Order: sequence, then structure tokens, then C-alpha cells
Amino acid sequence: MIASPELRAVRAEARRRRRLVLALLSTMVLGVIGLSLCVGHSFVPPGAVIAALTGAADGGEAFTIRVLRAPRAVLACLAGMCFGMGGAAFQTLLRNPLASPDIIGISAGASAAAVWCIVVLGLSGMAVSVAAVTAGLGVAALIYVLAWRGGTAGTRLILVGIGISAMLQSFIAYVLTQAPSWSLLEALRWMTGSLNAAQIDQAMPLAVALAVFGGVLFALRRDLETMRMGDDTAAGLGVAIDRVRAIVICAATALVAFATAAAGPVAFVAFLSGPIAARLAYRGGSILVPAALTGAALVLLADFAGQVLLPTRYPVGIVTGMLGAPYLVLLIVRDNRRGTSL
Amino acid sequence: MTDAALVIEDLSAGYGDGVVLRDLSLSIPKGQITAIIGANASGKSTLLRAMSRLLAPRTGRVLLDGHAVHSMAPRRVARRIGLLPQTPVAPEGITVLDLVSRGRHPHQGAFGRWRREDEEAVADALSITATSDLADRFVEDLSGGQRQRVWVAMALAQRTDILLLDEPTTFLDINHQVEVLDLLADLKDARGTTIVMVLHDLNLAARYGDLLIAMVTGRIARRGPPRDVLDEEMLEQVFRLRARVMADPVTGKPMMIPLGRHSQGHAIP
Repeated sequence: MIASPELRAVRAEARRRRRLVLALLSTMVLGVIGLSLCVGHSFVPPGAVIAALTGAADGGEAFTIRVLRAPRAVLACLAGMCFGMGGAAFQTLLRNPLASPDIIGISAGASAAAVWCIVVLGLSGMAVSVAAVTAGLGVAALIYVLAWRGGTAGTRLILVGIGISAMLQSFIAYVLTQAPSWSLLEALRWMTGSLNAAQIDQAMPLAVALAVFGGVLFALRRDLETMRMGDDTAAGLGVAIDRVRAIVICAATALVAFATAAAGPVAFVAFLSGPIAARLAYRGGSILVPAALTGAALVLLADFAGQVLLPTRYPVGIVTGMLGAPYLVLLIVRDNRRGTSL
Repeated sequence: MTDAALVIEDLSAGYGDGVVLRDLSLSIPKGQITAIIGANASGKSTLLRAMSRLLAPRTGRVLLDGHAVHSMAPRRVARRIGLLPQTPVAPEGITVLDLVSRGRHPHQGAFGRWRREDEEAVADALSITATSDLADRFVEDLSGGQRQRVWVAMALAQRTDILLLDEPTTFLDINHQVEVLDLLADLKDARGTTIVMVLHDLNLAARYGDLLIAMVTGRIARRGPPRDVLDEEMLEQVFRLRARVMADPVTGKPMMIPLGRHSQGHAIP
């Protein structure tokens, strides 16, 4: 039979749109990284930023760029990608935008474990990340046992998740009040997420997590897309649904938990990235990569706004929280009227 | 006796603690249309799911060329057996072309390179189902009949020699029902595709099926060509329905007319 020019034109159009969206989002991410390197308490011209980064310059300005601004931007970018991709993977798998790890308690679980390790056990670094990932998986398993019904996330799963999330939030608050050196900044970090005091050595585990678990999700993106057509259809098309589901949950949980261990549970980034990416990108294909870029852009922009644009300095989670909360309300209102999918 | 496309041996299967199918044995003839009929909850869909590897058997097995499908790799089964479930979900915002292209999923390698034969299979499936003109439309914007043709096209793009369909005509107007069934009959004639479908409409089942299987509570009550299966005794036994069966004046195949309590014509004065 013929592979008609019309079909090729339809495909080319979808591909063109996809590339455009990826290019746009990448430009945006790079642009905001550039902006947050140049603009801060003081303005540093782009040339001086490059000189500082390449080690060609020294002094106070270079210190500001190398030690304060660059680690912060890198961490914001990586954490945003992890949140965005992990969130979109959950939303796609469970066919519900409300089934995002930061709504159903997986981020809160990771955060609670991290707080406990840091405040009570006095741990740091990789141990914290491992504890966060373990707790995140634990919460995922708990929700699975309590509320799973054949792969779709009904109201029941969301409500169970919100309940677990609330319990974990109060656990975090309790642990923080028990802390020997209680500080508001530390508390905000573990309750809403913050990039204050970001250090470059925090970026390494995050980059590795993104490469490994993001890579796993990327490799499974076609299977995941096929599962949007329902478990039976996907199985009929040769997707090993149980295996794919288990791997996607573990990988997405790990992404979110690693990001949470580094930056705290930055509010609503996992929740918002997927739907925003879905509006921008063509929905016939996977949105994991657009969602990762959207997450990075969101965290970078929100942190920039919190540091520079707003009258007082706010941690990043407060800004993303202000963006995310109205959307959450909107979705819950809409969800009451009809079944939704991402 | 023709060759069997699928052989089912002593199959029991169910969900949770419930057993839906009990010790069922059956062979599906190659290159023919097999229509499964039966009352609600008689295990029709469950049988279809068990055949297509979606539901693991408690006991017994389903053989495809002598291999148990449940121990074969999912992708390998999906290259041989296509399945159209009762309520497939069209993802929001997907075009007809991309939905139909997903039928190629089991044929694609790890890197998902789109080959010439993939494009051909898709173009072919669109043209057989007369959906080529809809290629760039969004699936959610289509009418029920168009949408069902698109789903059939996706199953066709899979290019399997066995096609299982769970009530492919539900929610369709009668003209679209006949259209879809004609399409399946064409496929059988032109390509020798083995088709197994669950159908609610008994007259259409008798018209299009080469073999009818009537199920009651997880067992096969009757099987055979339509004229041996669709009779008044079977309708009473399987559906608890009093009906008259006669030869349809067009094809001579059996046709049934239910006798309700009002069939005498003078129940309402």
C-alpha cells in the first residue's frame, strides 16, 4: 500500500510542533539561568559571569557567581527537572492530574524522612537522600495497599494520599519543633522547599539520579504512553503492564525523593509541570521531557521571583505554592464534575 | 476439520476469589469468524481476556502454535493476537493517525524507529476502515461510529493473524454495526484473519459468525455453525427467553424473534 504524502504531512506537523515546544522550553530554561546568574543583590554583566565561571576572574563578584548564584541555579534546574518528570510520570500512569507525588504524600514522606535524618540523627549527604527515597517508596507502597483499584487513580486514592500527606506534614512540624537549633529558614525548607544555602556538592547526587531514573522513565515513555489507552489495550499491544507500572512508580518516586532531599518539597512543581507541558506540547506523544523542562523553568523562575522580583525575599516553595494552590482548587472543582485525565 | 488458530485446554479463570470460567476446552478455527454469545456475566469477556493473555488462567492453558500464550513474552503474543477491548480509552488530544500508529507498538524495537512497513501498515489500516480522511482529526472530536472504526484501524495496524474483539458494535447505530461487521468479514476473506468476537446481537452473530459459541455461567452450552446453535431450545436454556427462530429470508441463516408477554398483538386492548 501507499504511504501517502498526506500522512507524512500530518506526522511532519506533529514533529515540528514538538521540536518547537522543546526549543522554546530549553531557551526559557537557559534564559532564566542566565538571568539569575546576572541579576541578584547586585548586577553582574554577562561577560563577568562567564569570566567568573571559567575561572578567569577572581574577587568578590566572582565569589558571588561561583559560590552563591551558580550552585543555586544548577540545583534549581536539576530539582525542577526531577520534580517535573517524576510528577508527569505519576500523572500519566494514574491518568489523573491530581495523582501527583506532591499531592498524594510521596514528597511529604521523602521530606519527613529527610527532616528526621538531619534533625534527629544528624546525618547529611547521601544518607539523607537514601532515607528520603526509601520513605517515598514506603508511602507509595502504603497508598498502593490502601487505595489502588486497577491502575486508575480515583477519588479514593487521591483522598487517601491527601490524608497521608497531612499526617506527614504534622510529623515534619513536630520534628522541627524538637530540633536543637530551630530555625525558620530550615523549617520553611522542609515544609515548602527552599534553595537557600544551595551548595554545588548537592547537585551531584541529583544529576546522577536524573540520569539514572530519568533515563529509565525516558526508555519506558512509549510503554507509558500506550498505557494511557487503558490497561487492556496496552496489554493487547504487548506492554508488560505490571512490570512497567512497578518500574515507573519506583523511578518517579526516586526522582521526586532525591529532589526533595536536596531542595525540600518545593510546593506543587511536580503537580504543575505535567499539565502545563501538556497544554504546550502535542499530546499524541510523551510529555516526560517537556514536563522536565517545564519543571526546571518553574523552579528557576519562582526562585528568581522570590529572590529579586518580590519586595521581600521568599523561598522558592512559597512562590510555587502561590501558583499551584489556585490550580489545585480549580482541578478539584472540575474533577467533581467529570472524570479527568492529564 | 480446519486447523486451530488457538486451542484452549481445561481453562479455569476468574477475578479475586471468584471463578468465572470453569474447565473450558475449545479450539478456535483458523481463518473463520467465531462469535461468542451469552447472557451478561456468563464469562464471554473473561474468555476473550484469557485468550489474549490479559488474564492468567488458574488451571489449564491457551495454546498458540503449541506454545502457552501465558508463558510467551507479551510483545511476541501481541504480534500474533490483536485485541480490541470493550472500552478502550482514547488519550486526550491525540490524532487519529497517532492512535492508529500505536497499533505498531509490538513491532517496534527498543529505539522505536518508524520503518517503511510500519507506515504501510498504518496507511493500509486507515484505508480499509475508510478513516484516511480523518487522519489529522482529534479522536475526541469524532462521532461514535467513526471512533469505533478508528479503534478497529488501530487493531488492524497491528497486523496480527488473530483478532479478538469485545463487543465491537456496542453503542453504534445499526448501519455502523453492519459496517464494522462487514469490515471484519472482508478481512477474513481477503487475509484469512481469524476473528473471535463477543456479540450481543444474536441475529448479527448468526449472520456473520461461521461458528457460534453460547456460554452459560462460565461454561460452553452449545457450539457449532449458527444453524446448529441458534434455536429455540438454546435461547430458552442460555437466555431464558421464549423466542421463535426462522430462516432469514436474505441469507437463509437462522434469525430469532423474541416472544415477550405482549407478542400476541392483543395484549394491549
